[in-house]
Amino acid sequence: MKELFKKFNPGFLLSTPYIIHLMLFFIYPVIFSIILIFNRWDIVTPMEFVGFKNVERILMDEVFLQSIINTGIFLVLHIPLQIVVALLFAVLLNEEIRARGFFRTLYFLPVVVSGVVVTIIFQQLFSYDDGLLNQLLQTINLPQIPWLVSSAWAMPSIALMATWKNVGLYIILFMAGLQSIPEQLYEAARLDGSNTWQRFYYITLPMINPTMVTVFVLSIIGGFSLFIEPYVMTGGGPMNSTLSAVLYIYNQAFNFGHMGYAATLGLFFAAIIFTVVSLQRKFVETELYQ
Amino acid sequence: MKTKKTGVYIVLIIGALVFAYPFVWMIFSTFKPDGEIGNIRLLPVDWTIINYQLVLDRIPIGKGFINSVIVTGFVTTFVVIFGSITGYSLSRIKWKGRDTLFSISLLTMMVPFQITLIPTYILIVKFGLTDNLAGLIIPTMVTGFSILLFRQSFLTIPQDLIDAARLDGCSELGVLMRVIFPLSKPAIVTVAILTFVANWNEVLWPLIVIREQSLMTMPQMVALFAVGGGADASVGAQLASALLLAMPVVIAYLIFQKYFIKSLASTGLKS
Repeated sequence: MKELFKKFNPGFLLSTPYIIHLMLFFIYPVIFSIILIFNRWDIVTPMEFVGFKNVERILMDEVFLQSIINTGIFLVLHIPLQIVVALLFAVLLNEEIRARGFFRTLYFLPVVVSGVVVTIIFQQLFSYDDGLLNQLLQTINLPQIPWLVSSAWAMPSIALMATWKNVGLYIILFMAGLQSIPEQLYEAARLDGSNTWQRFYYITLPMINPTMVTVFVLSIIGGFSLFIEPYVMTGGGPMNSTLSAVLYIYNQAFNFGHMGYAATLGLFFAAIIFTVVSLQRKFVETELYQ
Repeated sequence: MKTKKTGVYIVLIIGALVFAYPFVWMIFSTFKPDGEIGNIRLLPVDWTIINYQLVLDRIPIGKGFINSVIVTGFVTTFVVIFGSITGYSLSRIKWKGRDTLFSISLLTMMVPFQITLIPTYILIVKFGLTDNLAGLIIPTMVTGFSILLFRQSFLTIPQDLIDAARLDGCSELGVLMRVIFPLSKPAIVTVAILTFVANWNEVLWPLIVIREQSLMTMPQMVALFAVGGGADASVGAQLASALLLAMPVVIAYLIFQKYFIKSLASTGLKS
């Protein structure tokens, strides 16, 4: 051991386990995924070179398109809902109130619980005939909603559930963002005769922009990682309306044995995530100190 | 002013109900016979433990719990050990290639897992680690994020302390153990909590690697129990298995809630 430390730099030696792990579980998989694009393979029989067939197939694949549209629907509902709810509760929790810790603990609880648990609970709450939500709607004389059984409602229902599960995290992040705004800014604005709405629009919103960006980025990554919710609740149905990106990769690889095509899907989804995240950087992220 | 305060409390309490009620509903529903679960009344009319008996009859949930403890325990230990020694070598020792390695570790966090999912599975097949708990542990035994967190924390330690220890003849490992670790408890707690929660709740990777029931982790077992009809469509049994799955994390959370909230909020920095 001593000899080894003399021969090599100790910094390099301490990093060796990570370097080996990196080569096996990062560099090799990335390179191999590129090889897989050009091959058909079911793992059992030998790999077969197919050129650009997988890429051609993806461009014609209506189910692939459907899974992107599904993720889009999820994000369009999930992101605004999350921002509005999280911001509301963060502002309220930053008031001078009692039992702040109690409320915070409760709001954060769904964040730490497994998605499996949340999915099993909401499957019952969303039940058409005897679910709690429809019973509540009935008692206030509203029509029942076909939460998970209609292809128009299934994805919005999952977006609603995901918001319930994640929003606690963003409440905490927004609270931290709000606390970092110097009180003098509000004082100065008050002296200039601004109203509450103006102060919110011109001071609070720009100052919490970094948190806003975090909500966008994490939601986009989360939307494209959606798996266990549709897997348990709907199996991707009805009519593929809740088929998510990862569920589609999973089905192609492990139900149909299309490893090459599944790897191609993975790369395409990753490219889309990258594009969407950089686009939002351009539109959502504002320069604070110009 | 007074009315404003009341309004704030009303909204906060409605929020608390929305977040807490589904859990309370789940707890009481596990003690109801199936016919009663659709009932809007919260408390059971006929208290029963048949749902828990059904879970114990149908799936080896105790085995699942032990498997989850093994996997989560090993992964958390490894991530803390390898994350900290790598974080140390990337922050407080000068060597050639250090900055390149750090850039690559940042890159690993930016590459979505959708790219590496299939090739990593193929690697596990080649190593013969399917239906083996090692196949769940090895791929995640060190993460770029843990290295980053440790590195940030270690950078705040004064150079004088490290120099003094080196002058006293401490090896680099000795510096890490005697000087760095005692000063880095918050970072260790953060990494441990994040790894524990993420791995306890992980379900996609076990579904891919483990097929044999006696080797399944708890979330995997519960997910398949709910989806595969093993519960004989018994809603109560599904909810009972979900409650058992949630309990370890919820108990840990209620005891260490401050650390949990701080740690999980720090994942926001990731972006």
